[in-house]
Amino acid sequence: MTELRYLAPDTLDEAIGAFAKAGSAARILAGGTDLLVQMRSGVLKPGVIVDIKKIPEMMGIEQTADGGFRIGAAVSGMALAEHKSFSKVWPGVLEAVNLIGSKQVQGRASAGGNLCNGSPAGDSVPAMVAAGAIVTVQGPNGRREMKVEDVPAGPGRTNLKPGEILVSFALPPRPPGSSDAYLRMIPRTEMDIAVVGVGVSLTIKDGTVTAARVGLGAVAPTVLLVEDAAKALIGSKLDDAALAKAAAACSAACRPIDDKRGTIAYRTKVAGVLLKRTAAIAAQRATQKN
Amino acid sequence: MNLVTNNKWIGQRTIRPDGMDKVTGRAQFAADTTMPGMIWGKVLRSPHPHARIRSIDTSKAEKLPGVRAVVTARDIVDFPIANGAVMLGIQDMRWMCRNVMARDKALFPGHPIAAVAATTEAIAAEACKLIEVDYEVLPWSIEIDDAIKPDAPVLHEFNKFDGKPSNIAGRLEHKKGDIAGGFKKADIVIERTFTTRPVHQGYIEPHACLISVAPDGKTTIWSSSQGQFMVRAMTAYLTGIPQSDIRAIPAEIGGGFGGKTIVYLEPLATLLAKKSGRPVKMVMTREEVMRATGPTSGSKSTVKIGATKDGKIVAAHGTFYLQAGAFPGSPIRGAAGCSFTPYDIPNLLSEGFDVCSNRSKVAAYRAPGAPIGAYAVECVMDEVAEALKMDPLDFRLKNAAKEGTKAAHGPVFPRIGYIETVEAAKSSPHYAAPLGDGHGNPRGRGVASGFWFNAGGESSAQVNITEDGNVVVTTGHPDIGGSRAGIANICAELLGIDYRRVSVIIGDTQTIGFSNLTGGSRVLFASSIVVTQSTEKIIQTLRERAAKIWEIDPEAVKWENGAAHPVSPNAGQFEPLTLEELAEKAPAMGGPIGAGVQLNTTGADGGFGTHVCDVEVDVDLGIARVIRYTAVQDVGRAIHPGYVEGQLQGGVAQGIGWALNEEYIYTREGKVDNPGFLDYRMPVCSDLPMLDCIMVEVPNPKHPQGVKGVGEVPLVPVMAAVANAIYNALGKRFYALPMSPPKVLEVLEAPTREAAE
Repeated sequence: MTELRYLAPDTLDEAIGAFAKAGSAARILAGGTDLLVQMRSGVLKPGVIVDIKKIPEMMGIEQTADGGFRIGAAVSGMALAEHKSFSKVWPGVLEAVNLIGSKQVQGRASAGGNLCNGSPAGDSVPAMVAAGAIVTVQGPNGRREMKVEDVPAGPGRTNLKPGEILVSFALPPRPPGSSDAYLRMIPRTEMDIAVVGVGVSLTIKDGTVTAARVGLGAVAPTVLLVEDAAKALIGSKLDDAALAKAAAACSAACRPIDDKRGTIAYRTKVAGVLLKRTAAIAAQRATQKN
Repeated sequence: MNLVTNNKWIGQRTIRPDGMDKVTGRAQFAADTTMPGMIWGKVLRSPHPHARIRSIDTSKAEKLPGVRAVVTARDIVDFPIANGAVMLGIQDMRWMCRNVMARDKALFPGHPIAAVAATTEAIAAEACKLIEVDYEVLPWSIEIDDAIKPDAPVLHEFNKFDGKPSNIAGRLEHKKGDIAGGFKKADIVIERTFTTRPVHQGYIEPHACLISVAPDGKTTIWSSSQGQFMVRAMTAYLTGIPQSDIRAIPAEIGGGFGGKTIVYLEPLATLLAKKSGRPVKMVMTREEVMRATGPTSGSKSTVKIGATKDGKIVAAHGTFYLQAGAFPGSPIRGAAGCSFTPYDIPNLLSEGFDVCSNRSKVAAYRAPGAPIGAYAVECVMDEVAEALKMDPLDFRLKNAAKEGTKAAHGPVFPRIGYIETVEAAKSSPHYAAPLGDGHGNPRGRGVASGFWFNAGGESSAQVNITEDGNVVVTTGHPDIGGSRAGIANICAELLGIDYRRVSVIIGDTQTIGFSNLTGGSRVLFASSIVVTQSTEKIIQTLRERAAKIWEIDPEAVKWENGAAHPVSPNAGQFEPLTLEELAEKAPAMGGPIGAGVQLNTTGADGGFGTHVCDVEVDVDLGIARVIRYTAVQDVGRAIHPGYVEGQLQGGVAQGIGWALNEEYIYTREGKVDNPGFLDYRMPVCSDLPMLDCIMVEVPNPKHPQGVKGVGEVPLVPVMAAVANAIYNALGKRFYALPMSPPKVLEVLEAPTREAAE
């Protein structure tokens, strides 16, 4: 029987040292809502678990001087919900993070874990992609930054190098008239996994979209940044023609599979439907007077 | 038997006796029991849907440190096919012995091949991997259409249908009148074919047991089941240990819905415990539950109904093909026997076909077979009513079965409450309410009815008066639907005491007389008969004791409000003698007070329900949501209305899941692809509206309190009610379950696609 070692270092350097040293046998533990399930089902048998929740940088939420946010990779969805201003600036990111699992799970699950789990259906990822989040990773060879959409490599895989740990997400400052939204399709009403997930971030000035980003989940091996959908929205007044064009771009970007959760035809159609609905919510939030 | 009137406790929502333990986590379920020296059992399961087992080599597993015992089919008592059926209830032990452990052939992925007991679960799992099985992999079929093809791989070569080896293991028919002649009289005939997918009972508690076999062979089983006597008998049959040596102790049960009316683990754990000399615990994973325990059948049904212009059904024909899984025994009796029963149809043929295929053996699921048949019949009823331009409830009323109607499955109905359920549905606030605005999402309303046989059968009870004048009632049925609370109400009512003074417990196999398993909606019906008779005996004893003390005739003593009184001042002037006083005097007055009764009960009347369902459909995503639901049912007499409503709501919730999302999905390799609650989608709370209940009480005249079974009927009409509501919303009929979002969208988009082509 293999032994399992559990480590809970206080500093990032210690964590990286232990993680890199243990190699492929090691797993990072944030909320554990994926890791523990995979261990119990026998999918994973790690030799070393490195718990990162004792590292302050991993657990912090910081609003930077320019109005941006830095969120530690292990911050739980509920901690993010309790932050005094995050929900006003990034309601779409927050609603995405807090669609993960049940209420109990949301008290543990983190956006960092959701991203590193590598599932194309992770709810927080399309919203983070739409938000233009930049992640900081640190490994034995130091720190680097990546676009969030560059992190997933395929189902269950990331582009993090051996020994690297995801440290934090940086969300940019928001110009006036900006907001975001996330919607997913699930057959039930909660406690389910996205069949399609769409995140939309918009900036609207005088009724015209001046900036847009669209993230699309569960329709390809990785979460997608759909630039054609964003282009269709930018410069428009979110009229039917622009929305139809953006929806078509989302459907066109889909490279889904037929599986137990949905068919290719279904996912392709729903990607477009959700783009329209998500954009409408983001626009309504961006233009409402506070 | 005296019918109790002016009830104090019957009909009250008394506090359930198991409630505190369950909400505080104290209740002991099957996996909560441990013993010193206990070891763990694990099962090696077939990866193949169909394979001949050439050999099994367990030597490497046996040598792994920590392994204490290994068992294979060689250790299980064989019931040779050629020797004919050995029935235990509805189960044939020839199939049971092959289901608990594959013998010669593995018949589904998950079929047990061997079992190991070791000092830890991990070692047992590791040892399973060391067992070498030489399989000859065979072609397989899972779906009905594949299994009944002429060239289909046959699971059981000895089984013949029309003289040839076949997967059709049985046919049953109910016939009345002349259907050819009947259809000739019809102005409207509608025939449709429907399919449903296998669905699991979805009990939260996985199968689990702890079993100890002493050196002298005395065996103790702690497990959760719907019948400790069934567990004892099946374990005895399959291990050769006499029933008198097996004490099966029922644990609190975390859901069964029919799925715990057979055994999986107990015979294996008993043999492992016997071989190792250690207590053995086995707990299934959810994946094992989904792969290897009984879901109910997938099905293919064709229903044809003919009616005259004035709305009278003149003929009907139903054929119901149900998957049995690996062994014969699908619930064709429920499908063929219940589906047309709400209606008085002069010419009827209802046929059921039992089809074996390479998936796990079906187990009972809440009115087994009846919801499958009713789905097809009630959807066609909706179409016929529409063609006749009749309100669907009026159409049902016009054809309703009533007292004197001869049902195709045999009985001539006594006073039944079907018409009352339709009338109550028709006059319900729900049926009168407008559908409301769906804000662009179409809404629709559907109705459907359903019937279930209900059962009586063997029950035993012992009622004892404690030395301090309170009451302990022991019955022999695991309580899965409120029987303890119902029994407490009835016993308190009869004795005229507060219900909190009556403690109701479930005895084990060696402390209470034989009681048939909890199933067929029989438990409160049957056990309240034996409890009533026991309590009446006690009341007789109490009257005799008081008479002796007062030195008057026992006939001059009446029992009222928990005390003996002289029947009238003429009988004498005495202060009442309470139950406490008589209990205190018991040692000097003839000894302990108690009585037991054992009966094979009869007189269970069938149950009818009529449901009304509103849906709203998101047409762009294909999501149908139930937004309002009312279940009307003839419940006989609601002994504990809270529990009766709970039964109705539970059945409806399961039916909504079956209608909208639940299904077994198979991979190309023939394995279940969704063996867990993430992708096997049962409804969560937020998926359902408040499920309204209307209890119609037409008391059963053959029962002392008027009880009818209530637990199974509420699942029967649901899928058709949902399907008819979706049709009403969309103008499109669905002929297959589940009506999940991709399938709804596919149907919605179909005409556009045809137009484009």
